[in-house]
Amino acid sequence: MEVYLDNAATTKPFEAVRKRMWETLEENYGNPSSMHKKGVEAEKYVREARETIAAALKAEQKEIIFTSGGTESNNMALIGAAYANQRAGKHIITTKIEHPSVHNPLFFLEEQGFQVTYLNVDKNGRVILEELAESIRKETILVSVMYVNNEVGACEKIDEISKIIKEKNENTVFHVDAIQGFGKYKIYPKRLGIDLLSVSAHKIHGPKGAGFLYVQNKVKIKPILFGGEQQRGLRSGTENVPGIAGLSKAVEEIYKNYDEKRTHLYKLKKYFIDRIGEMGGVMVNGIENIPIEETAPHIVSVSFEDVRSEVLLHALEEKGIYVSSGSACASNHPQLSGTLKAMGIPKKYLDSTLRFSFSVSTTIEEIDYTIEELKKIVPVLKRFTRH
Amino acid sequence: MFQAFLIKYAEIGIKGKNRFIFENALRDQISFVLNDVEGDFHVIKDQGRIYVEAAGSFDYEETIEALKRVFGISSICPVVLVEEYQWEDLTKATGDYVEQLYGNKPMTFKVEAKRADKNYPLKSPEICSEMGSYLLSRFENLTVDVHQPEVRIYVEIRNRAYLYSQNIPGPGGMPVGTNGKAMLLLSGGIDSPVAGYMIAKRGVKLAATYFHAPPYTSERAKQKVVDLAKLVARYSGPIQLNVVNFTDIQLYIYEKCPHEELTIIMRRYMMKIAESLALESDCLGLITGESIGQVASQTMQSLLATNEVCTLPVYRPLIGFDKQEIVNVSEKINTYETSILPYEDCCTIFVAKHPVTKPNLKVIKRSERNLEEKIEELIQVAMDSVEKIIVE
Repeated sequence: MEVYLDNAATTKPFEAVRKRMWETLEENYGNPSSMHKKGVEAEKYVREARETIAAALKAEQKEIIFTSGGTESNNMALIGAAYANQRAGKHIITTKIEHPSVHNPLFFLEEQGFQVTYLNVDKNGRVILEELAESIRKETILVSVMYVNNEVGACEKIDEISKIIKEKNENTVFHVDAIQGFGKYKIYPKRLGIDLLSVSAHKIHGPKGAGFLYVQNKVKIKPILFGGEQQRGLRSGTENVPGIAGLSKAVEEIYKNYDEKRTHLYKLKKYFIDRIGEMGGVMVNGIENIPIEETAPHIVSVSFEDVRSEVLLHALEEKGIYVSSGSACASNHPQLSGTLKAMGIPKKYLDSTLRFSFSVSTTIEEIDYTIEELKKIVPVLKRFTRH
Repeated sequence: MFQAFLIKYAEIGIKGKNRFIFENALRDQISFVLNDVEGDFHVIKDQGRIYVEAAGSFDYEETIEALKRVFGISSICPVVLVEEYQWEDLTKATGDYVEQLYGNKPMTFKVEAKRADKNYPLKSPEICSEMGSYLLSRFENLTVDVHQPEVRIYVEIRNRAYLYSQNIPGPGGMPVGTNGKAMLLLSGGIDSPVAGYMIAKRGVKLAATYFHAPPYTSERAKQKVVDLAKLVARYSGPIQLNVVNFTDIQLYIYEKCPHEELTIIMRRYMMKIAESLALESDCLGLITGESIGQVASQTMQSLLATNEVCTLPVYRPLIGFDKQEIVNVSEKINTYETSILPYEDCCTIFVAKHPVTKPNLKVIKRSERNLEEKIEELIQVAMDSVEKIIVE
């Protein structure tokens, strides 16, 4: 049996996505900037994608910039907004649990003279709102908070965060990394007061190498790529037509039967948490005293006492079960040490944590199989631990 | 401008009646490394010399790099071939050659001539002196020095003329395959690829054995070892890599023996298995990357304990090397960067905090008695399930 429970790493592209992409590779391979018919045909895919995505966000078409994926979207949002707004101030706020594609551009900005505040999170991985409120100053030009944390599935209270920001400083730009959240939640940036929103295609059953950045109309950002001035000069480079076509189809598909999908994912998550509780010596992270519905529906982070996550991961792999180890390497930035540590997870669990992440096609049977295998493997591994 | 290379070899010259074996092995190895180089090459053995000739265009830099990896070559001379070699044409071609390579810079020189074509109107000493005076008249900054010239210009007359004057040093050693075969214990570390390289340099063909321990070691750790074997194979030619699943043996030892002896006992079984695999594939010895005192398992006492299980000789070319000296070679042969990739190998996963550094063979053997019940069976299973990968 093959059980893919690493959907937070990447997802299998939907069939409709593959088909749509193939069209652009086989037939409509033109350059959208070309003036002839071949170009017009290709441009149609890009235009339709913009329509589809704008509709999904209840946004305007010109607010969508296509990128090469999540990393580029985050880089463009942070570096682009910082440079465009630096006359108003050089202070940026983010959290200690962001993805490296947020942290690393910010380290770069620190080297360029910007000041960055890294907010703590509570034991469930959520931003402490009072701390945020205290941190916002009149030189704060940018706040960046993720929608869903990729390691533990914590879901940030974006609406409240947004309210606090705008109350304290209405000029502060609010960026949300929604790479894990988009498709799992309906996100309408205008209503939530989000100015910049990063999305990646391959986390929602689209292709790798495609994504977009939502840039609210009035928000100024500078480009980080320079060239042929495509996409209003904000993102030069011939549009990745196959990627954009695939992204668009994925957005369309992921929000079909939205309620059903969401219910299914939460059912899986609850079932998984219940069943893994049957085992001794396990701890599910990020759900202490809060309803499961306040966490992301597709990610479960589990610590296994006295088991090294890398070994357990490979042992599961031998049974056809694919998961991720739960903690990303600590960065070499003095203030930062990874999500689990920021949440206050005891040190001995940091190296013993796995991330299980589901998709809409994950089944209860697959979870049963996974739990049964875990029950067999974990006791064996515990017998052979390093002393 | 160069269309051929004269290959000079060192130790082969003194091998008497076996010389042809060495020359053939050298020719084969040259052909092997040139397979990957852009160009169409012919390797020619002719009157005690080996020439590499390129038909049509080829990548000069890549060719030199490839030849520098062939053990047995002491130096490589890039050659200009002169098809029209009547005396007038030859002098002009030689002058052009000197001009292209050296311009008109001041230097001392000497012409060395060899006439394989005995019908050529000038004899060797005449070629030397006539060519010398031609060059002197054409380049005002040249001076002759017959004893210690800065540049020796070689003119050889065969079915055409060969001009050369540069010597690019080769790696030395002896052609791979002229000295039997040995089994390298290849881990993912820095030392073992270097050990393999050094023994291969003496003309020894390599086989290799790697012990992996899934799920404690990953697919990527195995891939890293395959990659290392590939890098060594650039020098040694194809390597048969045996991948042994060591997990059950390792866990069994872990359960039955004192933990501080774990590494020594494990290594003893690794040597045993490697030796059986070596004998199966006609190897005449084992190769390890050990160096005295580098880690607990490489003290004199530990080496004695691991050595004791083998009857085949164990070659340890790095035995007197410091770590930095080993690193220097690994950087030279380009294995260093791969070696330091951070995947765990099976030697490190169960390491005790304080492993024995001076194991007593009697004590070790007593501990191994705890394994009597199942160990032979486990070794057999491991041997039967060896994965064999040809790496080239």
